[in-house]
Amino acid sequence: MLGRNKHQKPPMTARIERPLSPHIQTYRWTLTMALSIVHRATGIALYAGTLLLAWWLIAAASGPAAYAHVQAFTGSIIGRLIVFGYTWALMHHMLSGIRHFVWDLGYGFKANEREALTWGALIGGIVLTVLIWIIAYAIGGGR
Amino acid sequence: MSYTESHGSPKPPSMRTPLGRVRNLGAAHSGTSDFWRQRITGVAMTLLMIPVVVIVMMLLGRNQAGAAQILGSLPIAVILLLFIAASAWHMKIGMQVVIEDYVHNEKLKLTAIMLNNFFSIAVALASTYAILKLSSGV
Repeated sequence: MLGRNKHQKPPMTARIERPLSPHIQTYRWTLTMALSIVHRATGIALYAGTLLLAWWLIAAASGPAAYAHVQAFTGSIIGRLIVFGYTWALMHHMLSGIRHFVWDLGYGFKANEREALTWGALIGGIVLTVLIWIIAYAIGGGR
Repeated sequence: MSYTESHGSPKPPSMRTPLGRVRNLGAAHSGTSDFWRQRITGVAMTLLMIPVVVIVMMLLGRNQAGAAQILGSLPIAVILLLFIAASAWHMKIGMQVVIEDYVHNEKLKLTAIMLNNFFSIAVALASTYAILKLSSGV
């Protein structure tokens, strides 16, 4: 969109319609841009997910009946999907956050470096999530 | 010093331009403390991640009595308390950034920021209370 008519000068009286604050619809999609949005989305998901964590801890402190409720939920298909999603969101957000630390320290800004960091966070998050769940099932969490 | 507070009252003479006064202060009209705390809590949680995952693994498949016994032990309670404190602070700052980015109505924005604070503190305190209750064995 931008720059299509850059050699065509608009008449002086016409209002120049340029985006005041270019947002995502203006730019060509890139990997780092998509993952920036995913970082935010996983952060928001984790925010909501703390309710589950708090519920679980309070139930453990409350007694067997309350804890059985939590276990019934986390053992159900929906519960397992939510906890699996939570695991991925946590692992992805952590690795993606480490990527941000690297950038904060002033490294990894070259095109190939930032792509590698971003792919690393994406693939690493999935690998860690699957690994955690394999270990969890191996030690009897699937009961 | 907040720039908006100086409206209406005579400004002390200053050589600084309006741009110079607000430069590096960001959309929050204050310093970089939230940015820095976001990094501190992020590093803290990264360091605590392996112990926390191990603790959750230890609890899998156990009933309430077994879980309570593990959660009540001192090192595990301390690790979880640190993780709860860091995550509550981290998520409070993160959600505030999201609110400040997307909620443009001033009243709605302030309400959302207030609710964000309430939610984060409530989750942190409820979780902390649970850990302390398990640790004290009441």
